[in-house]
Amino acid sequence: MYHTPAWETVMGLEVHVELSTKTKIFCGCTTAFGGEPNTHCCPICIGMPGVLPSLNKAVVEYATKAGLALNCEITRYNKFDRKNYFYPDLPKAYQISQLYLPICRNGGVEIEAEGGGRKVIGIHEIHMEEDAGKLVHDPATNATMVDYNRCGVPLIEIVSEPDFRSANEVIRYLEKLKAILQYIGVSDCKMQEGSLRADINLSVRPAGSEAFGTRTEMKNMNSFKAIGRAIAGESARQIHLLEHGGAVTQETRRWDDDKNESFAMRSKEDAQDYKYFPEPDLIPIEISEEVIEQTRRSLPELPEAKRRRYVSELGLSEYDAEQITASKVLVALFEQNLAAGCPAKELANWIMGEVMHLLSESGKEPEDIPFDYGSLGALIGMVEKNEITRSTAKKVFKAVFEENCDPVEYVEQHNLKTVTDTGAVKTVIEEVIAANQKSVEEYKSGKEKALQYLIGQSMRALRGKADPQTVTAILKELLG
Amino acid sequence: MMITDELVTYLEALGRIRLPEESRAKAQRDLQEILQYIDTLSELDTEGIEPLSHALPLTNVMREDEVQPSIPPEEVLANAPVRKDNYFLVPRSFE
Ligand SMILES: [Zn+2]
Repeated sequence: MYHTPAWETVMGLEVHVELSTKTKIFCGCTTAFGGEPNTHCCPICIGMPGVLPSLNKAVVEYATKAGLALNCEITRYNKFDRKNYFYPDLPKAYQISQLYLPICRNGGVEIEAEGGGRKVIGIHEIHMEEDAGKLVHDPATNATMVDYNRCGVPLIEIVSEPDFRSANEVIRYLEKLKAILQYIGVSDCKMQEGSLRADINLSVRPAGSEAFGTRTEMKNMNSFKAIGRAIAGESARQIHLLEHGGAVTQETRRWDDDKNESFAMRSKEDAQDYKYFPEPDLIPIEISEEVIEQTRRSLPELPEAKRRRYVSELGLSEYDAEQITASKVLVALFEQNLAAGCPAKELANWIMGEVMHLLSESGKEPEDIPFDYGSLGALIGMVEKNEITRSTAKKVFKAVFEENCDPVEYVEQHNLKTVTDTGAVKTVIEEVIAANQKSVEEYKSGKEKALQYLIGQSMRALRGKADPQTVTAILKELLG
Repeated sequence: MMITDELVTYLEALGRIRLPEESRAKAQRDLQEILQYIDTLSELDTEGIEPLSHALPLTNVMREDEVQPSIPPEEVLANAPVRKDNYFLVPRSFE
């Protein structure tokens, strides 16, 4: 337990998501991740005097899609605003963002609530803006190196209502957000590459209280595990302060995951005064009812609808349906094999079992699934047709996972097919009986354990190529 | 609104500049005059009029999402006062 239940933690999230457009928001430079430093730059995105931004149409389309998928109202008349501050990652000394008329408002995402049931996390607004450059500390010179490749990559910032009460709820929301944005193809949401970053606003209050406590903000959290630890750590810190007569200061804190502790950041002098004003270099955007309806119709089936359908039509358990629909990749793996005729429940069992097991064992995310999706279905098909036993299938799957080999060929090459010729199985078992007369006598005198031993010996002699039921049946028949 | 000496100091901080001592009084006076000039606009009745952010009667000026060549890093870094490899080098900005 992190704290006594006398306290309730209240959180809201600001999530920055990089859109997967081909080009930056205001210039034609590529948004490709990585690249040699300062090679994805032009006079516009490095803020040369006299240049003018030119808005990428796809950014507005993607933001509209995201808003609709997150059940938001779309703002018909949009403008950009200028947020002014001095920091070396921002070469213009201002960021073009949306303050007064964000593109989406009043949405929501349904998640599984802490303690069961479902709840809706409200989305206050989503706005479009540009990303900043990347700063790297250089120990050799004790200075900061700046790479502007990421500067101007389009972002949407998704601002939630303060509806979270636990770290689990935060993580479920982020997983759902990630799945939805991946489904609709507006972002790859790779946390390790920084294309999904979360700021957490956190306060605590006595359980049952309606008023909010003073909150702190933790910025740029980029792994689910770190988020879980940061929330636990910061809640405990605030509760400890309040229980010992202290007070929480409203401030931005940096979570140090190695030290498992948060630290107050030196407040940027007058950082709050961004002197926002309407961006004079960009023309307003009008989104018509027609475009909104078109976009709405173009959306694919979303995770929530899929989850319900998997349970009601395919008979999956609530848990399995929730887990599979939480990932675009797992859905693709599931649906491709389902379409090829694989039985739904068996397929779900394999995904939730072996696939998840090997992914977590190798420290991979579903996005990194290293084998052809069809291989899983082919393998399950062989089990269904009794061509291989279940235990053989697990071994073959390990090889498929590690080497992306074709399971059918692998079974052929390694001679793993179940012996279906009962005559051949019989011959092997007869040899086992002949070599284990003592156990045969014991069995005949009523010792059931002796039969288990003989089954084991036979299975070993058959090298797992016959299923235990057949072996047991033949043994019993031969032993009379 | 009064442009006080403290406000001038605050504006210096926001703009990351330091005015020469002899210019402060003039800056304070100029800023006050600019504000007064703008205040004359408040004499107009703007009830029910949408704020205008652009003089052009245009909306939706957008480009297609097609990659254009970037410029070589040599040009990107041409004006950098200090560089290291192909990075700009700036005073330490981490805590
Ligand atoms: Zn550019």
